[in-house]
Order: sequence, then structure tokens, then C-alpha cells
Amino acid sequence: MPNPMPAPTEEEIRDIVAGQLHLEGPLLPILHAVQRSFGHVPQAALGVIAEALNITRAEVHGVMSFYHDFREVPAGRHVVRICRAEACQAMGADALAARTLEKLGTAWHGTTANGAVTVEPVYCLGLCACGPAAMVDNRVVGHVDDAKMDTLLSEAGA
Amino acid sequence: MRIWVPRDSAAKALGADAVAEAVAVEAAARGLDVQIVRNGTRGMIWLEPLVEVEQDGVRIGYGPVSPGDVPALLDGKMRSLGPVEDLDWMQRQDRLTFARVGVIDPLDLADYEAHGGLAGLRRAIAMTGAEIVAEVTGSGLRGRGGAGFPTGIKWNTVLNAEADRKYIVCNADEGDSGTFADRMIMEGDPFCLIEGMAIAGLGVGATRGYVYLRSEYPDAIAVMQAALRVARGAGVLGPDVLGSGTAFDMEIRVGAGAYVCGEETSLLNSMEGKRGVVRAKPPLPALEGFLGKPTVVNNVLSLATVPVIFEKGAAHYAGFGLGRSKGTMPIQIAGNVKRGGLFETGFGMPLGDLVNEVAGGTATGRPVKAVQVGGPLGAYFHPDQFDTPFGYEAFDRAGGLIGHAGVVVFDDSADLLKMARFAMEFCAVESCGKCTPCRIGAVRGVETIDRIAQGDADAIALLADLCETMKDGSLCALGGFTPFPVMSALERFPDDFGRQREAAE
Repeated sequence: MPNPMPAPTEEEIRDIVAGQLHLEGPLLPILHAVQRSFGHVPQAALGVIAEALNITRAEVHGVMSFYHDFREVPAGRHVVRICRAEACQAMGADALAARTLEKLGTAWHGTTANGAVTVEPVYCLGLCACGPAAMVDNRVVGHVDDAKMDTLLSEAGA
Repeated sequence: MRIWVPRDSAAKALGADAVAEAVAVEAAARGLDVQIVRNGTRGMIWLEPLVEVEQDGVRIGYGPVSPGDVPALLDGKMRSLGPVEDLDWMQRQDRLTFARVGVIDPLDLADYEAHGGLAGLRRAIAMTGAEIVAEVTGSGLRGRGGAGFPTGIKWNTVLNAEADRKYIVCNADEGDSGTFADRMIMEGDPFCLIEGMAIAGLGVGATRGYVYLRSEYPDAIAVMQAALRVARGAGVLGPDVLGSGTAFDMEIRVGAGAYVCGEETSLLNSMEGKRGVVRAKPPLPALEGFLGKPTVVNNVLSLATVPVIFEKGAAHYAGFGLGRSKGTMPIQIAGNVKRGGLFETGFGMPLGDLVNEVAGGTATGRPVKAVQVGGPLGAYFHPDQFDTPFGYEAFDRAGGLIGHAGVVVFDDSADLLKMARFAMEFCAVESCGKCTPCRIGAVRGVETIDRIAQGDADAIALLADLCETMKDGSLCALGGFTPFPVMSALERFPDDFGRQREAAE
């Protein structure tokens, strides 16, 4: 169950794109701005962006799909990122992640059945001296153990 | 009374916001006149949230503090760590780049100036571009992002390039596991990076700067953006930098989760709105960089070290270090350690001293099995190699690299075959796809390590051969250096690669 956000109109997308056109190299800022507004980069936006930048739709798709951050479909209401990088692994991040995915009944990048939580891997949050680390939306959490993760997940409504 | 509660992400991740709130509430309940300063972190992450209370002009530390400790803290009943500056961890360091981090309010420009800030920029304003570049060259500063290229030589190339527009680009795409120094600077002393970039601009004749900052650091993005507004308001940035008559302004560009964009040419492509694919060199970015213009691309730490070089002089900076590894290195101690955090010291400290004495061994109390230095592309070191002094050349000779100086410690429960497999898996996920040995080789690498795990001894020679191909046939460090963790794990921890085979026999 994705976010109940109304489908954006072409007009709305055009406005967002126009706000970034003064930048040098505006494509990434545009994609970020579109995603900030709609929770994902809708297919309808690709043509509008391509036209504004005088590049092909395929090029916009190519750029968008290159980066892990940009979504084709909206995420759940909250995004839980669990660090999989080496420093967190040294503190047991692998086992924590495995148990979390099992609890949520989903794989990496999946969303819980109730639409509350999307869980994603992240390769380093810069919290390497207090791992395992996680981030719920933009809030960072360190020394995450099972109990802490359970609290985070229940706060997020999983 | 002033009380400091860090706003650094690591402190926040351990509950600093709740502690700051408790201090405000409890102080109000007691009718105390308390000024709460949200500083950066001192870098002693095992003590976070580390609260400091001013007593007779001395900052006394308490930590780790939980919200429940706050009443006792304010009533003077909590046991203190003593003056923070006198703690062994602080005393053993030479803090040049990190002198102000954890000390000042990151967004208070007056506090910044009171601690030596802007002195370097003022000195640079009185110099010519060539003199500025010569000062950096004289300091011996080398790129702190990993490659260790002399910063002054890079600047000189840009200085001598003829162009109508030049750029300063700060690489803040710090994606290496075990590293957080860039984040600490940006959250704890953002004006230092801004000042360094302004000096770089004056030096090479660039009027525009960008910080390419990874999206995984939302707190750093927010602090940097706020700092830019303050700096612009105070005339540190803008059409007339501190009355110099020279313009320099900058903006933040947020990355989008691609590790490879920490490589300078893919970073430039990303900034231009392209896929973050690596470019072949030449042309060097110093000659044809962002939008084809001469561009200085430097790491956060390199640029943030520039102000202190100008404040104290190149000779002062070059006086620290070992051989051609001059100055200090902010070493980040992470993973399974008793005391993790940031430790800035002159090059030359043996790896074992960092792990055993500074970090105090493992958090779990078990023996240290392996130490990965330099991020996911760095080699795994065996405790037998603990006498290796921390420096570019010494690590190169020992078959490794210092990279961005992240030190990740593993206890004896680590399985190095699994870590080697992870290195290949990570390379496969993050490869930009340009070079076949990296794009395909990393996938085959995972499969080959799986064969070894199943007891196929013939696959070991195949893995070594594959690593040679990746090393020789990749344009950038992602494909070229992934063999470091893989081969070091294989060669220095052979038991982990032979165990399953022996069990099968």
C-alpha cells in the first residue's frame, strides 16, 4: 500500500523543474526536488524534465536509474535504512538485518504489507564508531540492538 | 552557566537531543540560568552523549549521559570525567584540522573567529595566487581523500590554466565504511571548510565552489547550508570576500546514493547531471573538470586543513609527520573497538598502538583478528603487521593503503572469507559499469569465492587471476582496489578459506 499521494499534474511537475533551471547541472537537483514533492519520480515527470533540459527521455531515465536514491514508486510511510558496511558488520549488523527482515516479512527494498515501513540497505552513515547504525527517515540511531530496532519499528507502525 | 551538548550525528544517534531537552527542562525547574550550546563532537564517540559543563572557565566532561542522569548532573552529583582537554585521548593528539571541532558552536561565526578562524583567509587575501599555491605546496599537504596526491601541485595546474571560469569542487561524498571525519568537520566546524574553499578560490582564480555532499548525511547537509547563509551574510562569501575585491561563492549539491561518485571524475559527471560514470584521464579535471573548465577537486579534509596552514604557516604544518607523509592525519577508529572515534595525530604511529592502546582493543573483549584500513577498498591487516607505521609509503609497502584513514577493527568471530565476498558484492552493487573487469569481474568474484567456500581449491588461483585483471583493467579505484581487501583476506587469513575444504576432506 503505497503513500496515498495524489498523482501529480504536469503543471505541478513543470513548476518544480522551472525552480531548478538556473543551476549549473540542474538534473540531480530536479530529480531530488520532484522526489521530495511526490515521494518518487513519476514516469510522467521524465518527459517534462527531458523537454526542459533539451535531452532525451532515455537520458533522464538513464540518470535516474543510475542512482540508488531515486524511486520509481513511492516508499512506505517511513524508510528504515540499516547499515551493511564493514564497521557495522564488525558489530553484528548482518544478524540484526537478517532478524529485522524476518520480523517485517520482507526482503531488502521491500515494504511491509501495511505500507508503514520500507527497509533498505545503506553503505555507511558515518556512524562507524557506534554501530550497528540505522536511520529512520532522517533520524540517525546508533548501537542498534534487537530491542532498539523493535522500538523503532513499532514507532514507525510496522 | 554554559553547558555543551553535541549536535553531531553520532551524539544524536546515541540520544544527545533528548539529553539537551532534559537539560533545558531540568535547568528551568531549578531556576538555573543555563546557556545550552550545541557543539560538534570531540570525537570520543564511546563517551557520547558527552556533556560539558563550564566550571570556573574550565569545561568539565560527563558521559555518556542519559536523560535520566541530567538531574544528578545539574545537582553536581554525577561523577565527572574531569576537564575534557586533560583526558588522555585529547592529550595524545595534535589537533590541527580538528582544533575547533567539539569546542565551538558550529554556526557561531564570532566563536569561530575567536578560535583562530578567518585568520588564514585574511592572510591569503594579502598574497598573490602563486604565493597561496606555494604556501600549500610548502606545507606538504597531500590529498586526504585517499590518493595522497600533493594538493599544491594540483592547485598549480589549475592556477596556470587559462579559462574564463574555474571551479573549486569539494568531494564530500565520504562513502568509505569506517570514515566519518568529513561528516564531523561539516557538522562541527563548517566555516573551516568554507574558509578553505575560499582560500583555494583566491589561490587558483576560481570564483565558484561546490560541495558534493552525500545524501546519507542529512545533518551535515543542514549544518552546511545554514553555515553558507551565515558566511554570505557576514561577507565571507559573495562578490567581495572580506573586502578583498575578489568574488567567491559556493553551493551544496546533494548526491544520490552512488558510492562511485566519490571518485572525482564520476563526481563531476554527477554534478553535470549525468550518470556517475568514471571518465578516462587525461584530460585531468584540473584542466577540464566541471563543465569542461579547470577545476580543483579536493576532499573535505584537504580543504579544511588549508585554513590552519595559512593561520600557522606551511612550516608549522610540515613539522608534523613522517618522511613524505607530512602533517597530521585525522584517523577514525571504528568497528569493534572499546574506544572508537576521531584521533588526529602526526603520521607515523604504529597501527598496533592505535588499535591496542588508543582504541583499547575490541568492544567485545575478544582478541583482535583483523583490521581493515582505508575503507571498503582497503586491505585487511593481520596483528602480525601491527608495527606498520601509519603513513602513505609505509602502508603501500605493507600491501595496503591508508585511504581516508578509517581503521575498522574485527574480533576473532569475523570470517574473512565472508568479508572478501562482501568486498566483491559491494563492488558489483556500486560499479558504474564502465570497465568490464569491474562490472563483470565483481559478479564473477562473488561466485568464485562461493566456490572456494564450498571446498573447490582450484578456485583460489582463479580468484587471484581475476583480481589481477580487475587491478590492471579498471579505470578507477573501485574496480582497481577491490582486490586489496579480497587478496589480503585470502593471503593473510588462509584458514578462513581452507576451513570448509578441510572439513569436507
